[in-house]
Amino acid sequence: MDFATLIQILDSTVRLGVPLLLACLAGLYSERAGIFDIGLEGKMLMSAFFSGAVAAVTGSVWLGLMAGVGGAMALAAVHGLASITFRGNQLISGVAVNFLASGFTVLIAQSWFQQGGRTPQLMGGGRFEPIHLPGAEALRDVPILGPIYHELISGHTILVYVAFAMVPLTWWALYRTRFGLRLRAVGENPAAVDTAGISVVRLRYTAVAITGFLTGLAGAYLATGLSAGFVKEMTAGRGFIALAALIFAKWKPLPALGATMLFGFLEAIANRYQNLDLGIITLPVQFMQALPYILTVVILAGFIGKAIPPRAGGEPYVKER
Amino acid sequence: MDKMPKWADLALIPLINLVIAFVISGLVILAIGEDPLRALDVMVTGALGSAYGWGYTLYYATNFIFTGLAVAVAFHASQFNIGGEGQATLGGLGVALVCLALPWPHWTVALLAASLGAAVFGAAWAAIPAWLQARRGSHIVITTIMFNFIGASLLNYILVNVLRPVGSMDPASARFPEGAKLPSFHDLPLIGGMFLRSTPANVTFFIALAACVFVWLLIWRTRLGYEIRAFGKSEPAARYAGISPYKIVMVSMLISGALAGMMAINNVMGEAERLVLNAVEGAGFIGIAVALMGRNHPVGVLLAAILFGFLYQGGAELALETSIPRELITVIQALVILFTGALDNMVRRPVARLFVKQGAK
Repeated sequence: MDFATLIQILDSTVRLGVPLLLACLAGLYSERAGIFDIGLEGKMLMSAFFSGAVAAVTGSVWLGLMAGVGGAMALAAVHGLASITFRGNQLISGVAVNFLASGFTVLIAQSWFQQGGRTPQLMGGGRFEPIHLPGAEALRDVPILGPIYHELISGHTILVYVAFAMVPLTWWALYRTRFGLRLRAVGENPAAVDTAGISVVRLRYTAVAITGFLTGLAGAYLATGLSAGFVKEMTAGRGFIALAALIFAKWKPLPALGATMLFGFLEAIANRYQNLDLGIITLPVQFMQALPYILTVVILAGFIGKAIPPRAGGEPYVKER
Repeated sequence: MDKMPKWADLALIPLINLVIAFVISGLVILAIGEDPLRALDVMVTGALGSAYGWGYTLYYATNFIFTGLAVAVAFHASQFNIGGEGQATLGGLGVALVCLALPWPHWTVALLAASLGAAVFGAAWAAIPAWLQARRGSHIVITTIMFNFIGASLLNYILVNVLRPVGSMDPASARFPEGAKLPSFHDLPLIGGMFLRSTPANVTFFIALAACVFVWLLIWRTRLGYEIRAFGKSEPAARYAGISPYKIVMVSMLISGALAGMMAINNVMGEAERLVLNAVEGAGFIGIAVALMGRNHPVGVLLAAILFGFLYQGGAELALETSIPRELITVIQALVILFTGALDNMVRRPVARLFVKQGAK
């Protein structure tokens, strides 16, 4: 593998890793607040559809982004209603959200555009344009660093940079602000938070809303950044890989970056090489596709460091009377 | 009286949940500019109005009985087995390996062997998540989700590299031998005349009914079933009573996986007669809706499975007759899961309050 190929693979790692990163951070807020969310996939899909559809109709990617975020947040509200207000089973609610998005997007897409469950191809202002960082062209021919800066760091869409900025921001919010302390506390011991006079319900709704917002960005990136329009089931399990990455990262923001980029890298490799020849053995493409899930099971099994979820995760909070 | 009568819990609340789900679905149909009543008419006529429709409705229902029972058995042990999809996929592999192994002399022998193959492979795919839950405390929901994806990749690999006949481009196994062909309803005595040759409902339906009886006996008439229910209600109490959590989690998940796997004798052996990619088509997930609707009781599961069989066949007819795509069924399924599962308290609380008020008079 030469240097140019490596840069290309890393570049597609970034592109494929970003939706995972956004969805993973989305799940982090919710799960740290004690609300399990296996509906990341559905919220991404909903956002992908609405951003693709609105961007196609209006020709404005920003309106598309807003519609996508709105769609994802509407599903987040359903999840919040079921798991916080009505104290339902959070896992079942997540399953419902996934199916709701899977059916609803195709139903509406077919009704609006009659193109077999897809939205029209986006062009021009309907998509996010790559941003060329200052000096990228000038430094292009510098050996090693030039291609890294020009290909890898520069030339992505705005959502890519937002996603990467979200990592330190999430770290800061989680560990250096009052909100973050309360958020973590409500996922570990909601009764203590309640005793301190802070509303558990409000904190959890806030967390679920942030989850909706970030999955909205992830879905919009899929439909308007990575590809040019919405296609039926276009999330293709990414919400579950993000969930896997969240466990892999043990619910922490910086490891989340590492985990999502690792899984993005695996996808980039699987896309480029059908069967990976390692000299001794040849890894089939199906193995590469299954690897994120296998790694997650291994981590969950606790053979390599133990992944301990937030203690109050999945439990509805009943206020003491 | 301080709580609802049993009939309200078992029938009234699921019925109200279902009505809400259908009313919202009707509004969705209205919103996309179609007529909900005509849609309902097309679905009822298409799924229940002819022998052809019933042949498909009961075929789909057979799948959902198996996956619904699988989810229900695990639910009784308070385990949420979301991996029915993967277990049914692997069950299909078991069926295919058995059917392709020998030139089977008669379908009864082949059916017995294939059922065993399906159950063993399905149970094996549930065994690893179950063991990880019981021994390592890994959350079974997450591991079974992961195993769905791993199972899909595994089957893809095996179909492309191992089972695909030489010269074929299709990622599918060879056709099963003639002796492994299950009789469809049309081939059966007594009822055969009522069904058409071209519909896929087959003898597996009766095995599904037997599975319902088996689950009822197991859960409510055996010591093991008692232990499973005790464990599901309260783990500390069960532990105190000397029930081994390890044993209950393993046994309930193995039975659950075996039931999900046995779905494959219907769709792989009974219908496709070869193993194809994505043969399960989401039936594993529908099992969740079926178990929730059926309140984890075999009779409820049977009724809910027939309801979903009707929705599936009706949805296919809908896509043919109107411009409503069959994804409408996915929406209905999601709403049923949402209202009977996650938003159950929304209906339960006011209804319970009503009964308490009545009782106080």
